Amino acid sequence: MSDIELLPKQGQVAKKSQPELVEELTTLNLGPTHPATHGIFQNILQMDGEKIISSEQTIGYIHRAFEKIAERRPFYQITTLTDRMNYCSSPINNFGWHMTVEKLLGIEVPKRAQYIRVIMMELARIADHIVCNGILGVDTGAFSGFLYLMQKREEIYEIYEEMCGARLTTNMGRIGGMERDLSSTAIKKIHEFIKTFPPVLKEFEELFNRNRIFMDRTINVGAISAEKALAYGFTGPNLRAAGVDYDVRVMNPYSSYEDFEFDIPIGQHGDTYDRYMVRGEEMWQSLRIIEQAINNLPEGPYYADAPEYYLPPKDDVYSKMEALIYHFKIVMGEIDAPAGEVYHSVEGGNGELGFYLISDGGRAPYRLHFRRPCFIYYQAFPEMIKGLTISDAIIIMSSLNVIAGELDA
Amino acid sequence: MLTNKEVAEHIAEKFEGKVGDFEQPYGLLTFYTLRENIIPLLQYLKEHPTYKIDFLTDITGVHYPENTGKEFVVVYHLHSLINNFRVRIKVALSKDDLHIPTASELYPCANWMERETYDFFGIIFDGHPNLIRILNIEEMDYFPMRKEYPLEDATRRDKIDALFGR
Amino acid sequence: MKPVKMVEAPAGHSGAGFFATSFDQVIGLARSYSLWPLPFATSCCGIEFMATMGAHYDISRFGSERPSFSPRQADLLLVMGTIAKKMGPVLKQVYIQMAEPRWVIAVGACASSGGIFDTYSVLQGIDRIIPVDVYVPGCPPRPEQILDGLMQVQELAKNESLRRRNTPEYQELLASYNIQ
Repeated sequence: MSDIELLPKQGQVAKKSQPELVEELTTLNLGPTHPATHGIFQNILQMDGEKIISSEQTIGYIHRAFEKIAERRPFYQITTLTDRMNYCSSPINNFGWHMTVEKLLGIEVPKRAQYIRVIMMELARIADHIVCNGILGVDTGAFSGFLYLMQKREEIYEIYEEMCGARLTTNMGRIGGMERDLSSTAIKKIHEFIKTFPPVLKEFEELFNRNRIFMDRTINVGAISAEKALAYGFTGPNLRAAGVDYDVRVMNPYSSYEDFEFDIPIGQHGDTYDRYMVRGEEMWQSLRIIEQAINNLPEGPYYADAPEYYLPPKDDVYSKMEALIYHFKIVMGEIDAPAGEVYHSVEGGNGELGFYLISDGGRAPYRLHFRRPCFIYYQAFPEMIKGLTISDAIIIMSSLNVIAGELDA
Repeated sequence: MLTNKEVAEHIAEKFEGKVGDFEQPYGLLTFYTLRENIIPLLQYLKEHPTYKIDFLTDITGVHYPENTGKEFVVVYHLHSLINNFRVRIKVALSKDDLHIPTASELYPCANWMERETYDFFGIIFDGHPNLIRILNIEEMDYFPMRKEYPLEDATRRDKIDALFGR
Repeated sequence: MKPVKMVEAPAGHSGAGFFATSFDQVIGLARSYSLWPLPFATSCCGIEFMATMGAHYDISRFGSERPSFSPRQADLLLVMGTIAKKMGPVLKQVYIQMAEPRWVIAVGACASSGGIFDTYSVLQGIDRIIPVDVYVPGCPPRPEQILDGLMQVQELAKNESLRRRNTPEYQELLASYNIQ
């Protein structure tokens, strides 16, 4: 299109040879409510026919002021807020928060609780990637793969229910460990999941990985180089697809991740196909971690000996005096935390999920800030879709796994 | 392996007089610097041949209404992926002079982080390409995360405060 | 093999080769068993809707086979998730664009009353801006609860008189929300 020059007036292009023919750019509002966007955020696209010239983003349609709410609530009540950030993989957010508070308080969590946390976090990671890859399939037009994988997500929900009682917004674990031990039903269900998930995932991969149409739609679409990705603050599967092997579980291990053997898949070009493949391969690695964890589950207590922060067992509360006093103090919110500031990060489903906590010695944080990966890498979206068609833009948005709860918090 | 002590000594020597208050809460090197020095400091850390602290993890703000003259603090978290080294840099600002140069030319990811800090606290980032509100509605005329403003909506009618313990 | 339960025919006269009943019963029957939802999913409840749409808790058993994302072609507006004040005008616009007959289900605590987010930026319940027919509480509600809410709308649709949309009470209700 060499004979097009941009006129100084905004939004008009003209052919050099025929200056009287002035074409206008179309403005398309890929608005907050759109079937293909999973979550509500707005993109106003300037398009020349089907090609996207530029785009402008508006977010904040689901801003729920988590950081302000957190200044009001005692530490154990903030877990319910963290659930609702990346709601496809809530246990990771919950345990990230618990680990931040445990770092502040200096509590050492016993090994058994750490292994149980690892199992739950890896199940959550599988659940998150199931949604992302399944919906990527739906956006390219293939609906059945999604239905097969959602059935597995129901089984993960059943394991969560055994552990904490809820399906989606789990509020799992307590400061100092877990609220209950892995029941025998939960262990049985986890073993069954390990056995029945591989055939389903393999079938899903056979539908998509070497599918001519899928590959044509996703290879070289939305590619981003490693330097640009690092400049834009990418972390997680999106960064690993661009070729940088940064994984918080390996770089700053937490909760006994150093005991497990797993690989970190990385891609080469950072395009949509690489992101899809990285997530698919991460599901296999998560399955490996769960298998190692459940087979080597150590014996021991499932909560730390921190009576000031962890509710004592009920029979002690009814019989011993100090347990009763601790129970009262914890529930009425009279236990104070030490003053200090701590930053802790975990590997969420989308990248490095960080918690920056400033405590002034009261029962609620003075300032709590969530470093949300989706918020940070979504800034690169206008650059990734420049020059592509709108159907490519939809696929790139799906493959980035932008979750609105984490975007706005 | 970089240690906190080594980096702290080097920075204190290089930017003498402009950095201070070195401490390491929970193992993370933290120090304060002046507003005029923050961009040269970030650039120096990014281009340093061995430190390579070139990943901006987060920018946020904190409001301390009792510290007169230093009510607002802008906090930068940086990370060196090659050396696995994290550092936290803080800049204290006064409420009457609430602006600071932007880091978005150095790190493109700082763009939205600074917009969010502006939205919540009202800290102006000079040189930012598009400093408007990002999460709240555009017509909002106050900065909600400041300590003087309440959490709840001031205009709601149906939630009886007495029943909610307020 | 369990006997298949057939839907009861509405009251009417039947004879050799014909069945006579009143319009609103037949139309009510047809409408209630083919409600096409518009999933207005904003947050966590939207994921529970995805589970409801999946194969385990199939929503298409209830006639909602086709989630229509175009308001003109949808009967049922399922508002799932927190509605912030920024999103309010968008929701109202979508509701205005829907063609009659239309019903609204507020799924989840956030859509019903603001939920756990009693903050400056969250709309405390969508019934502040649009009229709501059924509220499904929960955070998030289980898929069975969402299906129960759908069944309640089915009852409403079955028993609605054809003249209801023109009645003065309904016009007054819409006027109180500034919807023409």
